[in-house]
Amino acid sequence: MFDTLSQRLSKVFDKLTGRGALSEADVTEALREVRVALLEADVALPVVKDFVARVKDRAIGSEVVKSVTPGQMVVKIVHDELVATLGTEGVELNLNAVPPAVILMVGLQGSGKTTTSGKLAVRLKAQKKKVLLASLDVYRPAAQQQLEILARQADVGSLPVVMGEMPVAITRRALEMGRREGYDVVVLDTAGRLHIDQELMAEVAAVRDVAKPVETLLVTDAMTGQDAVTLAREFNEKVGVTGIVLTRVDGDARGGAALSMRHVTGRPIKFLGQGEKLDALEVFHPDRIAGRILGMGDVVSLVEKAIETVDHDEAEKLAKRIQKGKFDLEDMLTQFKQVEKMGDLKGILGMLPGIGKMAAQLKDAKIDDKALGRQKAIIQSMTPAERRNADLIKASRKRRIAAGAGVSVQDVNKLIKQYQQMADMMKKVGKMGQKGFARHGLAGLLPPGGGGFGKFGR
Amino acid sequence: MSLFGFGKKKDETPAPAPAPEPVPEKEGWFARLKGGLAKSSSRLTTGIGDLFTKRKLDDEALEELEELLITADLGLATAQRVTRRLARTRFGQDVDAEDIRAALAEEMAEILTPVAQPLAPDFSRKPHVVLVVGVNGSGKTTTIGKLAKQFRDDGRSVTLAAGDTFRAAAVEQLKVWGERTGCPVICRDTGADAAGLAFDAVAEARARGDDLLFIDTAGRLQNKQGLMEELAKVVRVIKKQDETAPHDVLLVLDATVGQNAHSQVEAFKDMVDVTGLVLTKLDGTARGGVLVALAERFGLPVHAIGVGEQAGDLRPFAAEAFARSLVGLG
Repeated sequence: MFDTLSQRLSKVFDKLTGRGALSEADVTEALREVRVALLEADVALPVVKDFVARVKDRAIGSEVVKSVTPGQMVVKIVHDELVATLGTEGVELNLNAVPPAVILMVGLQGSGKTTTSGKLAVRLKAQKKKVLLASLDVYRPAAQQQLEILARQADVGSLPVVMGEMPVAITRRALEMGRREGYDVVVLDTAGRLHIDQELMAEVAAVRDVAKPVETLLVTDAMTGQDAVTLAREFNEKVGVTGIVLTRVDGDARGGAALSMRHVTGRPIKFLGQGEKLDALEVFHPDRIAGRILGMGDVVSLVEKAIETVDHDEAEKLAKRIQKGKFDLEDMLTQFKQVEKMGDLKGILGMLPGIGKMAAQLKDAKIDDKALGRQKAIIQSMTPAERRNADLIKASRKRRIAAGAGVSVQDVNKLIKQYQQMADMMKKVGKMGQKGFARHGLAGLLPPGGGGFGKFGR
Repeated sequence: MSLFGFGKKKDETPAPAPAPEPVPEKEGWFARLKGGLAKSSSRLTTGIGDLFTKRKLDDEALEELEELLITADLGLATAQRVTRRLARTRFGQDVDAEDIRAALAEEMAEILTPVAQPLAPDFSRKPHVVLVVGVNGSGKTTTIGKLAKQFRDDGRSVTLAAGDTFRAAAVEQLKVWGERTGCPVICRDTGADAAGLAFDAVAEARARGDDLLFIDTAGRLQNKQGLMEELAKVVRVIKKQDETAPHDVLLVLDATVGQNAHSQVEAFKDMVDVTGLVLTKLDGTARGGVLVALAERFGLPVHAIGVGEQAGDLRPFAAEAFARSLVGLG
C-alpha cells in the first residue's frame, strides 16, 4: 500500500523538464511527497517538519547535475541529509571504566531488551570480554529465567536469581560479583517500563545511581510509531541515554523511529537487532536505514556511482535493445565494460533492493571480477557474425576462439552458457517493460539507462 | 474520564516539546491546542483562552487538525479522510476548540463503533478454542493471562496451552499466569513442535470438558514466510481435532506500533484468518490511532484493549471513549 518515494517523485517530476538550478517550486512540490514518505515511514511529525525545512533550505538553488533529473537531485539531497541526521556508523560501545564496565538496558515492555542483552553478551565475548548478565526484571513472569537461559546459550556468566530481591539490591549484588570474579562487563537488563510510570522510572534512576553505567542503551522496536519522540525524550531526560538499539530491523517496518529518536536525543544509534538468533546484532549503518526510510533501498548510492562513471549513450542503446528482447554477445561485451567501470560487481548487486533471485542467478553464472578480463577476451576473439548469433558457435569455432583468447574450450562453453542465461533473463526483463523496471528495483541490474538511471523510476 | 486512566498519568508528564525544533511554527489556535496534546496533558493545556476563541474552519485549520491525527498514528491517508469528512459539514463555520475536537471524535467513533465487539465465546463447544498470534513483544502471553482471569472470574473452566516453544522461558511465563488464575497449563519443552502441542491441547481440553482453551504462540514478524507457514500448520493441525476450531484467532497489536500495523494485520489475516484484534500497551503515551485506519480497511472486531500489566488491566474496547482519547478529550 505504500508507494515508494521514487514512484511518487517520478509522478511529480514527469511534468518537469527544466534543467539548471532547482527552483523553489520544484523543491516545494518534491518535498510534499518526501513529507508523505517520511510520515508513512513513521517518522514523528515534528521531526518531519524540521527535517523538510532543512532540506528545503539546502535544496533551493542547488545545481541539477547534468544528466540527472530534478527529482533525482532532490532525492539525493534528502538522502544525504537523512544520513547526516542519522549519524555516523559503527559507534562502538564505550567500555572505558574501571572493570566491570556496566551497561544498563532500558526500554518499553516488549521492545527486546532481554534478547538484546543476550546478543550483546555474545558480541562482547567474541571481543574477549568476560561478561556477566543480570536481570533486574522482577515484574514480568519468568523474565529472570529467560536471561539465565540466554546466558547459558551465550556461554557467559549469569547472576544467580534470588527470588523476592528488588532491582537496586540485585544491582549491588551484580556489581559485587562482577568485581569479585573479575568480570570486564556487567549487563543489567531492566524490566520494561512506560516512560510515564513515575515509580518505575524512579526505580531505574536509582539503579543507575548505584551502577554508574558507562552505557545506558535505549532498546526500541523499529516498528514504533509517532510515540518514538515522546518515549525517547522521556527516557533520555529521566535516565540519561548514551545510545539507541533498534530491534526487529529484520521486519518490514520502515524504521522512521530511528530518525525521530536520534533527532530528539542526539544520541547515536549503536546497534540493529536483526533476528532472534543470538548473533543477529549488527552495528548501525546510517545509509541502510536512510534508504529504508525513503523506501528505495540503496538505489541512491548506485545512482551516484552510475552518474560518476557510466556512458549514458551506450547504456541507452543497450536498454533499448533489451526492451526489444534482443541481447547478443556484443551487448554482453558492452555490459562487461560498463561493469568494469563501476567497480566491484558484487558490491553493486548488494546495493539493490529486491534483487535476490537475480543476484543468485548471476552468482551461478559466476561473474567475478577477475574473470571479467578473460570473458572480454573470449568475446573479442569471436567474429562479428558469431557475436550477433551465438548459435553459430560450434566445436571448431570454439577451439579457434579458445586459442585466440588463451583459454580452454571449457571456458568458452561456460561463457556461452552464461550468455544464454543472461539473454533469457534479459528477455524477461524486456517483457516487464518500463514500469516493471522501477517496480522490481531492477534498474541497476543493467548498467544505467536500463530503464533506468537516466529517468529513474518511470 | 478514567476509563483508560490516560488523563491522569499524562498530566504528570513534563513538556516534551522537541528539543531542537526550529520549525517556524505559527503559534496558531490549533497549534497551541496541538502543542497541548503533544504534552499529553489533554484538558489543562487546552487553555481557557481557547475556550473563548472561535476560529473559522479554513484550510489551515484543517491541516492542523490533520496533523493532530497524524501524531496519534492514524496515518496520513486516514487522517486526511477524517478531516475532509469533517470539512464537508463544517467548512467555513466558526468553531471553538472543544467543539471541533468533539466533532472529530464523532467522525472516528462512527468508524470504530461497528468493530467494538467483545470476545463472545460459545461455551457449548467445550472447548471454544482461541488461538493468539502476533509479532514479538506485542503482549500475547500477558493478554492470555488477563483473558483467562476474566473468564475464570465468570466461573468458566479455562485451559492454557504454552505454544511459544521457541523463546527462552516463554513456557514458564505462561505457567506463572496459569498459577495466578488457577488454569491448567499444557506445555512441552522449549524447542518442541508447536503444532503437536496444539493438537494435544485441544484433545486434553475436550477430554476435560473445558469451556475455553487459549493457545499461545511464539511471536513472529509477519514478513518471515517460514514462521508464518508454521503458524498455518498449527491451525491445520488443530482442525484435525475439531473441524470448526480455532473458533477465534486473536491478533495482538502493540499500540506503540505505527503504520506497520497494516502490514501485520494483512499478513496474519492472510495466513491464519484473524477474527479479532486486541490492542495492548494503551497505558503509555502512544494513542494507537492506527486502529481507526485498520477499522476502515479491514473491519475486524476489536475485542479488548490492554492498559497495564496486572490481571485486571484488560478492558472492553469502547469506540467513543477511544475516539475521544485520540483527540485528547478525556
